[in-house]
Amino acid sequence: MASLVGSRVERKEDKRFLTGKGRYTADINLANQTYAIFVRSPHARASIKKLNIDKALKSSGVVSILTGKEIADDKIGGLIAGWAIRSEDGTEMKCPGNPPLAKDNVNFVGDPVAVVIAESLAEAKEAAEKVEVDYKVLKAVTSTADAMNGDTIHEGIDKNLCFDWLLGDRQKVKEAFDKADKVISIDIINNRLIPNAMEPRACVADYNAASEEITLYTTSQNPHLSRLIMSAFGNVAPEHKLRVVAPDVGGGFGSKINVYNEDIVCSWAAKKINRAIKWVAERSESFLTDIHGRDHVTHAELAVTKDGKFLGFKNETIANLGAYARVFGTVTPTYLFGPCATGVYEIPAAYTNVKAVYTNTAPVDAYRGAGRPEATYTIERLVEKASMELGIDKTELRIKNFPTAFPFKQTLVHTVDSGDYVAGMEKAKQMADYKGFEARRKESEAKGKLRGIGVTSYFEACGIAPSAAVMSLGCGVGLWESAEVRFNPTGQVTVYTGSHSHGQSHQTTFAQIAADELGVPIENIDIVHGDTDKGTFGMGTYGSRSLAVGGIAIVNACKKIVEKGKRVTAKMLEANPEDVEFKDGEFIVSKSNKKKTIGEVAFACYLPGVRDEMKSPLPEGDEPGLKETSFYDPSNFSFPAGTHIAEVEIDPETGHVKLEKYTACDDFGRIINPMVVEGQVHGGLAQGIGQALYENAEYDETGQLMTGSYMDYTMPRADNFPEFNIGYTCTHATTNPLGVKGCGEAGAIAAPPTVMNAVIDALGGQEVTMPATAEKVWKACKNLKKSNAKAA
Amino acid sequence: MKDFNYHSAKDSKEASKLASSSSAFLAGGMTTIPSMKLGLATYKDLIDIKNIKKLSGIKVSGKSVIIGAATKHVEVSNSKDVKKAIPSLSSLAEGIGDPQVRNRGTIGGSIANNDPSADYPSACIALNATIHTNERKIEAAKFFKGMFETALKKGELIEAIEFQIPEKSSYQKHPNPASRYAIVGVYVAKHKGDVNVAVTGAKSCVYNDKDMSKALTGNFSSSSIDGMDLDSSEMNSDMHASADFRASLVVTQAKKAVDAC
Repeated sequence: MASLVGSRVERKEDKRFLTGKGRYTADINLANQTYAIFVRSPHARASIKKLNIDKALKSSGVVSILTGKEIADDKIGGLIAGWAIRSEDGTEMKCPGNPPLAKDNVNFVGDPVAVVIAESLAEAKEAAEKVEVDYKVLKAVTSTADAMNGDTIHEGIDKNLCFDWLLGDRQKVKEAFDKADKVISIDIINNRLIPNAMEPRACVADYNAASEEITLYTTSQNPHLSRLIMSAFGNVAPEHKLRVVAPDVGGGFGSKINVYNEDIVCSWAAKKINRAIKWVAERSESFLTDIHGRDHVTHAELAVTKDGKFLGFKNETIANLGAYARVFGTVTPTYLFGPCATGVYEIPAAYTNVKAVYTNTAPVDAYRGAGRPEATYTIERLVEKASMELGIDKTELRIKNFPTAFPFKQTLVHTVDSGDYVAGMEKAKQMADYKGFEARRKESEAKGKLRGIGVTSYFEACGIAPSAAVMSLGCGVGLWESAEVRFNPTGQVTVYTGSHSHGQSHQTTFAQIAADELGVPIENIDIVHGDTDKGTFGMGTYGSRSLAVGGIAIVNACKKIVEKGKRVTAKMLEANPEDVEFKDGEFIVSKSNKKKTIGEVAFACYLPGVRDEMKSPLPEGDEPGLKETSFYDPSNFSFPAGTHIAEVEIDPETGHVKLEKYTACDDFGRIINPMVVEGQVHGGLAQGIGQALYENAEYDETGQLMTGSYMDYTMPRADNFPEFNIGYTCTHATTNPLGVKGCGEAGAIAAPPTVMNAVIDALGGQEVTMPATAEKVWKACKNLKKSNAKAA
Repeated sequence: MKDFNYHSAKDSKEASKLASSSSAFLAGGMTTIPSMKLGLATYKDLIDIKNIKKLSGIKVSGKSVIIGAATKHVEVSNSKDVKKAIPSLSSLAEGIGDPQVRNRGTIGGSIANNDPSADYPSACIALNATIHTNERKIEAAKFFKGMFETALKKGELIEAIEFQIPEKSSYQKHPNPASRYAIVGVYVAKHKGDVNVAVTGAKSCVYNDKDMSKALTGNFSSSSIDGMDLDSSEMNSDMHASADFRASLVVTQAKKAVDAC
């Protein structure tokens, strides 16, 4: 039987998606359901003086209106930060309460203060307009850089500072800098982004008064985790009385990791009114209240020798958390950021210091790449600048500082098990025709255009997160994954995974893995996820973990099935279990060449009785049935890496940046389905290039979101991109049996510095902040013209 | 969206009769419907005019192109007659919004709305258009009054737009990367005897840049406007482009348009 792993198996999920048969949360309609509309703060920071619902209650069709008072009276808990971070001085991070409905204070535009539940959506909207809220508007804090100097947003949290965290050794870094021939320094902004999943958030909550069970259908990347948080911290219902279902979900990119206010409020309210409640976000609500990403202000320095050896690195970053610290809000700018800050280089001394601040803006949390794009942007912009200042070719400078052997003990935390960074660089250069750039630059010049080339070599730590590693760093939880493999008596297989697919193609790739492990045709394998009533507790999908963690749990559960199969076969064929081999779905006794198919074995496992001459196929100690579970806790992160090269052409008259060529050469270890990986790379690149050239979430000084619709927030479109030139090198991960590494975030991690390095190269080294919009680039072109004229 | 009455008018007369101070004509609905949905506009009556046969279609004569008000952008961009008579008008239509907008949005709707960043008003100015309404004929130069403001009276309905066929013309747009409306769009048209340089996106309302028109009438070459320093004091300034950038773009796009003629 040919192996399915490695082949372009068509996506099993496409039939339903492409024929309109997907079932998303908004497609779910329950009998007698009501509709919820949230009344939200129009102010970035205010105290609530009075909230009057009398008029609204009289509005047609209103079933109930609930406010922060009721939710507090019922002792429903608030939203939480999932990871505790300690400051450099040893103190614990400071987090404000974040009630699902604000009672006394609102802290960002969109913060909900009440929910209006009515018989129809139109009636709910009508009534919501009649809720009267008397706000005392306070001065908002919106700037990341200045947040520590602003008014105190949350009582008791001085300087709006959540934590002041350090990773690394300041003294060693100082010594390294003292020895340096040259110090390269850079001030950069990692612009705030809005994830913009195609499907807006939604939830439908139902309550069964007889069983006292709440069922919540919601747009989540991790239904089990949502249930745990809602139960343990939200006090909504005990876990066994709360079922969370995340059906088809149309994209997450991290924005659907969080349990949101609406999930808690609708679940709680459904029980209160004893009816189902449906809420679907409008796009404007998504812009305002989905978590945002990035938003760092960084000063970084690199100490170098004159021949280009890196000696030391420092990174001082202010990270904007927004109004509240949410589930991955505190880990994103720390453990997902700091350890990757030194990039793919041997740098003997390094530190990263992060001050996480609160502002009156939407909460900032994990968005595709989460911390690693920010880290990679910093080091790669710095290295590019070093190459300009030292006059050393940008690829040579990088190679000079690559590790020479693996495992590579990276400066700050990680031990990278495998990789070949030089091979990746050489292949990328070849793919991009790096040598031919100068000729292309001259051609552009002849047309009056400026051409630039940019390089990024990156690694990232994904497959989050090995318990041993992260808990030793002070994190409160590790992130393993579960899988359950069940054989039906007639030989088909159902695989339950604790991860969740919202675009990642699990239904296909996981089936490919199980098909190879079990020798069962792929059409006889179903993948089930997304329902806390189906399958075992699991952690969900984010941080490129589904395959490297969840996939391995599937492999391990399959291996347990095979082990049992060997024992059963031995019993059935009167052989020693050690003499039974398993290959392509058949158990073969090596000595006699007698065999049983896995289907026959499965059937036998379900018919263990003894009748007439039939003997039980079950060896002593084995129970009937064929079902195995695995909880896999990885021994390490997985470390994809690669080199990307971009070429841009700039029209100095209009500032327009045209991305002419984009080459991505990645090492994702073993690839399960190349078609799916290409999709992941394309998507990541689109979002990474989007950050570099187009996307920006902008608040004014009063905290109003200026880019609250697609009229002003630039989502990149297909015509913004060239044909992507994609290739791979492959070193297998040594820390998991499949040899796989994550691929979901690489594009979003590598693309921003690659594109910006190209833009800045074209502009003769002039700094431009992301996104490199036409006006910024036009101004830089004018400056370039002036300085060139002076020089001449 | 608040409740409203929907009417489908069978001719201009009926449409006009139904109009009141709290009504709007509905053609493609590309602005009206989103505005109502967001609560920015409310109407008691929407009077649908797209089923009025007389308002759709394209007629080309020796001197002019007449386009019915309810003609969709896609029909203008696909019309072989328009492509032949005024190719720049066809390509302008092809560059509006996205396929969904082009399949619904109409030329009359765009002109009646007079969005300061819309494309069509610049074509009207550059191509010495005459706006035919159910009551009169209005010269384009007198039609566009200010931001979202036109010479139309309440209940007055655009029936067709008559464009003068120029010797040469080109429309060049620097689009807003998000909305793809014009940050600056410049429509250059060379007629017998004079040149129009119609600018959209730069100010609160479309206008004919007299200085550039004069320079190009004297010498129809991009070199005659190269480096021209425009007064930016009345130009729009927003997070997408400052007034100075817009002023520069007007010249750049005008040069491009001349070169493309």
